[in-house]
Amino acid sequence: MRLYRLFIESLESLNANKMRSILTVLGIVIGVAAVIAMLSIGRGAQASITSRIESMGTNLVYVSPGSTSESGVQSAAGSAGTLTLDDADALAELPDVEAVASVTNSFVQAVYQGTNTNTRLMGVTPGYETVSSLTLEDGVFISDDDQKARKLVVVLGSSVAETLFGGTGGVVGQKVRLNGQPYEVIGVLASKGGTGFMNQDDQVFIPLSTALNRLVGGTRFRGSSVISQITLKASNSEAVDQVVNNATLLMRERHETVEGADDFTVTSQESTLDAATEVADTLTVFLGGIAAISLAVGGIGIMNIMLTTVTERTHEIGLRKAVGAKRKDILLQFLVEAMVLSLLGGLIGVLFGWGAAQLMGQVQFGGSTITPVVGLDSVLLATVFSVAVGLFFGIYPATRAARLQPVEALRYE
Amino acid sequence: MIEVRDLTKIYRMGRVEVPALQGVSFRIERGEVVAIMGQSGSGKSTLMNILGCLDLPTSGEYHLDGQNIAGMNEDELADIRNQKIGFVFQQFNLLPRISVRRNAELPLLYNGGKPQKEINQRSEAILNAVGLGERMHHRPTELSGGQQQRVAIARALINEPALLLADEPTGNLDSKTGKEILDLLLGLNKEHGLTLVIVTHDPAIAAHSQRIIRLRDGMIENGS
Repeated sequence: MRLYRLFIESLESLNANKMRSILTVLGIVIGVAAVIAMLSIGRGAQASITSRIESMGTNLVYVSPGSTSESGVQSAAGSAGTLTLDDADALAELPDVEAVASVTNSFVQAVYQGTNTNTRLMGVTPGYETVSSLTLEDGVFISDDDQKARKLVVVLGSSVAETLFGGTGGVVGQKVRLNGQPYEVIGVLASKGGTGFMNQDDQVFIPLSTALNRLVGGTRFRGSSVISQITLKASNSEAVDQVVNNATLLMRERHETVEGADDFTVTSQESTLDAATEVADTLTVFLGGIAAISLAVGGIGIMNIMLTTVTERTHEIGLRKAVGAKRKDILLQFLVEAMVLSLLGGLIGVLFGWGAAQLMGQVQFGGSTITPVVGLDSVLLATVFSVAVGLFFGIYPATRAARLQPVEALRYE
Repeated sequence: MIEVRDLTKIYRMGRVEVPALQGVSFRIERGEVVAIMGQSGSGKSTLMNILGCLDLPTSGEYHLDGQNIAGMNEDELADIRNQKIGFVFQQFNLLPRISVRRNAELPLLYNGGKPQKEINQRSEAILNAVGLGERMHHRPTELSGGQQQRVAIARALINEPALLLADEPTGNLDSKTGKEILDLLLGLNKEHGLTLVIVTHDPAIAAHSQRIIRLRDGMIENGS
């Protein structure tokens, strides 16, 4: 029998039991929609993490205090206080590298005329602007003069300016109190668009020297000021691995440590990105897997309905065989019917999944939204998968129908 | 046309063997009208199923149009049923979901991939021939019993078989409609030389047939 005729016949028979067909299709719709929505959320999370990390600058290598144990687990990173300004100066001498030092103090209180906000304080050297790819909305960044003279100047992140001044215009030249000390605003950064965790707009920058002197601890180690992090920018992406190696060797020499007992950690941005991507991948697979279970349940629904259909239509199968239908004709007829159910569910499911993904994109997750990414590949995957489900769960009922003996099937009432 | 020799059929019900046919032999020539009669349980239906290639005999030979049926596999039997035999049942056995026309077309669907145009032409022609051209797009349930049986006859004839097997074709019809159906069948025999084998209780049909094969307890009672 011609395929399109089979197709028409199966549509007719599904149409004859509308309610039943709709409910069966619904099972697949939910399954496919869940798969599409979950995959798109996973992809969206991955894309947003990647862009967040990349917005911090490119080709970066971070040197942080704290040891890495043999198993690769970092213990008490950042708390060790072994990284000094001298280390930063030494690292800056490496080839292909620009180096900047920074100190961090979370939760400094910034006040302007009765409005206040808690934000992250970054004490940085002037090169930080280029290394971290910061763009200024207004004013200038911290200069060498500011650094040398330990000036009380501050560059505000865009959301800090927003909170304190209600906008970024006319902010330069105003005075802001940081933990009670007056700082002059010399610049406002352009927004990087981040929200929630790792929000780069919610921080303020002051000269490193000023920070060490006035706001952050001022601990000393080996006769030099302790800092929180040294950021190295490799001149190009090929040089990153070399920079990681050189920095590690130089730091070992300076700190007189051996591999496995280091009191510092050197990581490239790439490896951070890889780790983050891996987490997002795992999340995607996990979410998709859960959704796939509901697709399988939908498939069982198809099998259930097809078994009922075969029993109901035993007489019809007998008649078809009497007028010349072979096993393969009957097999094909019921398989096509099962696949029409699942394909229909698949196509509608793709639409619903896409809609659900868009809806979820509107919802805030811990202060940040995720833009769902519905890829052509996940659409294809879900469609192919739904047809495969129809095939898999349709084979048993169809085989049962095909094996019926004409005489017995005709006698069946 | 049909030659059966020493046909037996034994059904196994658990451990008990029930013989339904015990050595039946006869010939039916092309263009004959033959009635098969007998009490219920005499083996009529079993013989009918074997003649219709719906079932295989336990032993014996069955030649249809010179082909030995007894040795065929399932797919070969399906082709024989499709191309050489037309069935008319007491219960009509039409599919209620699809139109009269689609019911009549059914055997064509299993006869290779014929183009839809040819299928349409043949179903129209055959439905006109049985007087149902007007009702082509109706559902079988919208027709009277006699009309439904005409659709079934159209279906039986669409592949132009040599043999038409009818199982109590008038059993579910009143006597007037039954007569019309019988006349239609006999007319087909006269005009096209269609071989008719009719299983029946109805003496009126038996009276119109050229020969009667009477079965009793799985054996032929008399006849030639």
